[in-house]
Amino acid sequence: MLRQVEGSRAVAETVARCRPHVVAAYPISPQTHIVEALSELVGSGDLTACEYLTVESEFGALSACIGASAAGARAYTATASQGILFMAEALPNASGLGLPMVMTVANRALGAPINIWNDHSDALSQRDAGWLMLFASSNQEAVDLHVQAFALAERLSLPVMVCMDGFVLTHAVEEIDVPGQDEVDAFLPPFRARQWLDPDEPVTIGAMVGPEAFTEVKYLMAHRQLRALDDVSQVARDFAAAFGRDSGGLLRPYRTADADVVVVALGSVLGSLADVVDELRDEGLAVGALGVTCYRPWPLDEVRRALREVPRVVVLNRAFAVGSGSILGQDVRLSVPAATKVHDVVLGLGGRPLTHDVLRRLVLDVVAGQVGSDTLTFYDLDHQRVATELARELADVPSAGGAS
Amino acid sequence: MSTTPLKLYQVGTFAAGNRLLDPDERTVQSSTQRASSITSGHRACRGCGEALAARVVMDAAMRAAGGRLVTVNATGCLEVFSTPFPESAWQVPWLHSLFGNAAAVASGVAAAMRATGRDDVRVLAQAGDGGTVDIGLGCLSGMFERNDDVLFVCYDNQGYMNTGVQRSGATPAGASTANTRPMGAGIGNAFGTGKSLPRIAMAHEIPYVATATIADLHDLEAKVEAAMALHGARYLHVLVPCPLGWGSDPSDTVRVARLATQSGLFPVFEAEHGTVTRVARIRRRVPVEEYLRLQARFRHLFGEPGRPDVVAALQAQADRDIARFGLDPEEES
Repeated sequence: MLRQVEGSRAVAETVARCRPHVVAAYPISPQTHIVEALSELVGSGDLTACEYLTVESEFGALSACIGASAAGARAYTATASQGILFMAEALPNASGLGLPMVMTVANRALGAPINIWNDHSDALSQRDAGWLMLFASSNQEAVDLHVQAFALAERLSLPVMVCMDGFVLTHAVEEIDVPGQDEVDAFLPPFRARQWLDPDEPVTIGAMVGPEAFTEVKYLMAHRQLRALDDVSQVARDFAAAFGRDSGGLLRPYRTADADVVVVALGSVLGSLADVVDELRDEGLAVGALGVTCYRPWPLDEVRRALREVPRVVVLNRAFAVGSGSILGQDVRLSVPAATKVHDVVLGLGGRPLTHDVLRRLVLDVVAGQVGSDTLTFYDLDHQRVATELARELADVPSAGGAS
Repeated sequence: MSTTPLKLYQVGTFAAGNRLLDPDERTVQSSTQRASSITSGHRACRGCGEALAARVVMDAAMRAAGGRLVTVNATGCLEVFSTPFPESAWQVPWLHSLFGNAAAVASGVAAAMRATGRDDVRVLAQAGDGGTVDIGLGCLSGMFERNDDVLFVCYDNQGYMNTGVQRSGATPAGASTANTRPMGAGIGNAFGTGKSLPRIAMAHEIPYVATATIADLHDLEAKVEAAMALHGARYLHVLVPCPLGWGSDPSDTVRVARLATQSGLFPVFEAEHGTVTRVARIRRRVPVEEYLRLQARFRHLFGEPGRPDVVAALQAQADRDIARFGLDPEEES
């Protein structure tokens, strides 16, 4: 049933309906409303048979989930920004040990400079940690992805990250259909761990593996990740059949057929982007959009198919690899023919708004040949401010060898 | 729980398995029905104090838990020597995640057992001193403060032995380690303020804190049993000499541990809810020199010219703790 509710609250209620046994919570903006709501749901008795652990750090939060999952329990935590970095050591540990769990990332910039607002530098910094990474394009999808994430995690015995844009989604109040308990119960069977710390059948989990078998263990992990692409699609189809809504899956193409320009993006900007596409299509420009819902594993074949006939691709990067280039753009470049022009654009960092007007102007600039395709373009940069600062730095540089 | 009948070795008055004791008072190790939680064949060094302590602690905990026990292990010697893939020395459910998170992982295991209605399964976390007093302290303090139902055991060998004997926050002043060599006028590890994890644990006012050594295995077992009889956060700090890192003879491991207590450098006590409830009085007090001289890590303090000032400062530390805990054999309480 649709009702007006904040994104965080809706996600918390949905997580509760997935009946986690252990919720580990450490507060960080903009994730706080999710863990606050979960504490209420446990405290009020709406969510029973659940231990709500108020841990001392994000490292502790993910570690508690590792212990809980290894003990055969359904585990959940949520974080953002610096928090996911503080978890960094435990992230590949959870995936390497094959422990299913779900974590919400309320996407927020990484410091310094400290910044609490939305971009994707937090989640993308951990793109090689061996987690499935799903990006929500709306609060409805964020809710739905959490149900799918538990199903995927437990089917694959892998951890799953659900990324939702901080503030833009987490703090937005809008009409959302939070799945009912019966619906979720019918979709998500009780968790049965592949192996757990059972006193009757003792297992050793986390042994030391040397050169004689390490590569094989890592290969099997990578293999399972790639196989997960089928499961992500299948679970989205099952979800659509059960809930009557199209959420999740690998990609979210929008009017890409016969497009001359397709804009590729992660997250909530897809909504504004669809509006811009409609507007420009009405004006006679063949524009489309491609949302990447499943970022890891990277759906190479599907992206390749979606962009095969598209001469110009614009990639909206809300994080970049300092000293190297783009992150999402690099994945896209690997997935398109060499002749395709890829306009790699950084914008919307640290909460700088990605408005309808900015997106419209970007597409028009690309079409007009104003945006290069061989370098990374900082599209919403204040050039005046940067030029002033660079000039000042140049003036301050001491002369080489000078002992002035 | 499966048990393996074992040969029974009977030696010495104070050793495990004294046949003169009432059967109820005999050690777990003397029982042919002991769990043998960590089996022989692992890769620990000759004379390893930690391997001995871990066997005694785990078997005692297994008996106390009726075989319903899960253990979480921090990275370190114990983890490495017991689980070289594809072998495992563990006969209990065993989980190793990372170096600094054993307490949080154990909290997660305990929470999972509660939430899934398996409260009968007890949780024991184990780590070396690095994984406890240094990198693991944040998670451990959180586990204490929440009073999670976990027994955390620190096997303290006073340094990062697994990585090649570097100093830790538990390394004593004056000790030579791989990164505190006594160069020039240096004394080895410098005098800091010290870090007593048992007293830090006590400051959390958790139900049970105890110290023990592998010189008195009967006492060690009794403390595991006392800890296992309680619920909530419990902490056991066991001194385990390391022949490799301390430069002591492998056959002297137990002797060195005993001298650590008899010199007063390692006070043995129990505390409940932040208050010391029982101490092991020193029966035969010895000067710290008797303990230090058995270890090559303190060799530079002796000989010509030696550092009698450092030895005196260590003696002062021992005297302070003897007074603090009332360990003096002559003193009446």
